Amino acid sequence: MSNRITTKLQEDKKLLSIYFTAGYPALNDTVQIIQDLEKNGVDMIEIGLPFSDPLADGPTIQESSTAALKNGMTTEILFNQLKNIRKTVSIPLIIMGYFNPMLQYGVEAFCKKCQEIGIDGLILPDLPLDVYQEDYEAIFKKYELINVFLITPQTSDIRIRQIDDASNGFIYMVSSASVTGSKSGFGQEQENYFERIAAMNLKNPQIVGFGIKDEETFQQATKTAKGAIIGSAFIKHLTAKGTNSVAEFVKTIR
Amino acid sequence: MNYNADEKGYYGEFGGAFIPEMLYPNVEELRQNYLKLMYEDSFQKEFNQLLKDYVGRPSPLYFAKRLSEKHGCKIYLKREDLNHTGAHKVNNTIGQILMAQRLGKTRIIAETGAGQHGVATATVCALMGMECIVYMGEIDIARQAPNVARMKMLGAEVRPAKSGSRTLKDATNEAIRDWINNPVDTHYIIGSAIGPHPYPDMVTRFQSVISEEIKWQLKEHEGRENPDYVVACIGGGSNAAGTYYHFLDEPEVGIIAVEAAGKGVNSGESAATSALGKVGIIHGCKTMLMQTTDGQITEPYSISAGLDYPGVGPMHSHLFKSGRAEFYSATDDEAMAAGLELSQLEGIIPAIETGHAFAIFEHKKFKKDDVVVISLSGRGDKDLNTYIDYFKLA
Ligand SMILES: Cc1ncc(COP(=O)(O)O)c(C=O)c1O
Repeated sequence: MSNRITTKLQEDKKLLSIYFTAGYPALNDTVQIIQDLEKNGVDMIEIGLPFSDPLADGPTIQESSTAALKNGMTTEILFNQLKNIRKTVSIPLIIMGYFNPMLQYGVEAFCKKCQEIGIDGLILPDLPLDVYQEDYEAIFKKYELINVFLITPQTSDIRIRQIDDASNGFIYMVSSASVTGSKSGFGQEQENYFERIAAMNLKNPQIVGFGIKDEETFQQATKTAKGAIIGSAFIKHLTAKGTNSVAEFVKTIR
Repeated sequence: MNYNADEKGYYGEFGGAFIPEMLYPNVEELRQNYLKLMYEDSFQKEFNQLLKDYVGRPSPLYFAKRLSEKHGCKIYLKREDLNHTGAHKVNNTIGQILMAQRLGKTRIIAETGAGQHGVATATVCALMGMECIVYMGEIDIARQAPNVARMKMLGAEVRPAKSGSRTLKDATNEAIRDWINNPVDTHYIIGSAIGPHPYPDMVTRFQSVISEEIKWQLKEHEGRENPDYVVACIGGGSNAAGTYYHFLDEPEVGIIAVEAAGKGVNSGESAATSALGKVGIIHGCKTMLMQTTDGQITEPYSISAGLDYPGVGPMHSHLFKSGRAEFYSATDDEAMAAGLELSQLEGIIPAIETGHAFAIFEHKKFKKDDVVVISLSGRGDKDLNTYIDYFKLA
């Protein structure tokens, strides 16, 4: 399967991926933020579909999600906002969200819509590997969507191999045992973990997320990994400096 | 039909483990070990000894003569309110603390609504000398002040959940986040028959002592083990699961669940999940859930903190869907009136959660010979402030 994610992963560079919550700060900021991120050299974007109870997220993403829902964001509105996105944006786009909103929309209808729009992949932290494989893998494949799984420092080697086998894009490597946005810098523990994973020679490249917030952490994370994802730090920046400050943020990373 | 969890934790279409990968090692460790550990002789011996000597089990099955006369049937009360700490919750926390010890955990976290589960957790942590952190919604901290004080006195730290509706659902979110942040030394003692597999099944098994006792106690009273009905209130559904457990496969026993209707099922301020919910995913399991058409979890309401939850455990979703159980809901007013009636007819002040079960008589007429066992899940001490305000007792 060739899609924008697999093509991007073949480029000879470290990838910078940015997460933001759709509908935040204002309901209709979504398209502008995506365009500005691409214009400023970001390689890939995770568009957060907000959820009322984001279990794996820290306070920053919880708050941006609550605000986005208050602004009126829904699955349908997000799909409408994105309907012409491929006329102006060509980097890989991934929707990141929790499984319940997708389940209510209808998994197949959701995937179909993603393909129509030109979404390349999904990250659903609470859709576990076994359920995906039994019930949904065929649907994701039919609509040419890459499903991205997470691993953490606690994930066993055996399970990492299973996840590697089930993946067809990249592996989302959670940097430390934490919810999003909670670590301040990486220490020896992270370095050991990054090296342990690198030494496993996995079939899929890894992109590190959780706790990446500046140039230093980006460099540390991408020493061995293919790229890194920044979420909470970007949202904090948007909150403080507004939606016209995307360029300023990207410059602080690389 | 099978009403218990299958190997993957499904009750019919409900249950499972919809958890982020960060929780997988802990939940998987528990899944692989819980049955083996809990049925070891040494575990059973310690568990039963503590239930007897520390909790005060068996709890009495009491024939409520005046209440029976009033409602024209034979009513028995299963007195979980007489347990140490004042509710059924302690049956589960004793079991889970023994489990945590055997898994080598040293730090305990819990969520609580009414504070009964928090108190029961703080109690067993004191008993075993373990660190205890309890998450509780800000709103519940305000309306269940006596239990907050009890937890602190028992040495637990009470951390307020400040997001969302600031009640049980949000306290559960915070506890799960804590577990993600502390994956090695921590065990999460979930307080109801909810959460990812194996929690609903594990909690149900620990609570099943309730119906195990009802069987032999009713035999002594009535000469038969099976009542015509068992009745329980449902928040997440742990007292109900324990009360139903040994009767699930006895078709002559009617199973009745009472949910919290709040200000009325259609008032917009309710926690009647079976009436208002749709299948969805909350706190790691697929179950009936109050949500918007867009899949956002909605904020429930009930006067009772312990029933103020937008889902029900997966076992109960299956009992509802399959028709094995009858579901009713009682409003705040009905539950408060039923609590007052029980106080004045039997001299027992129930928890407001429990009051909902007693409101069944507003909704269902029983026959004169019907033997109806009601789970008296907890005592009302923690609710005195709410009773005082509601009935203007001061
Ligand atoms: C006395 C009492 N009954 C019932 C409940 C509801 O919980 P469950 O449905 O798990 O029994 C609570 C919860 O706090 C409680 O304190």
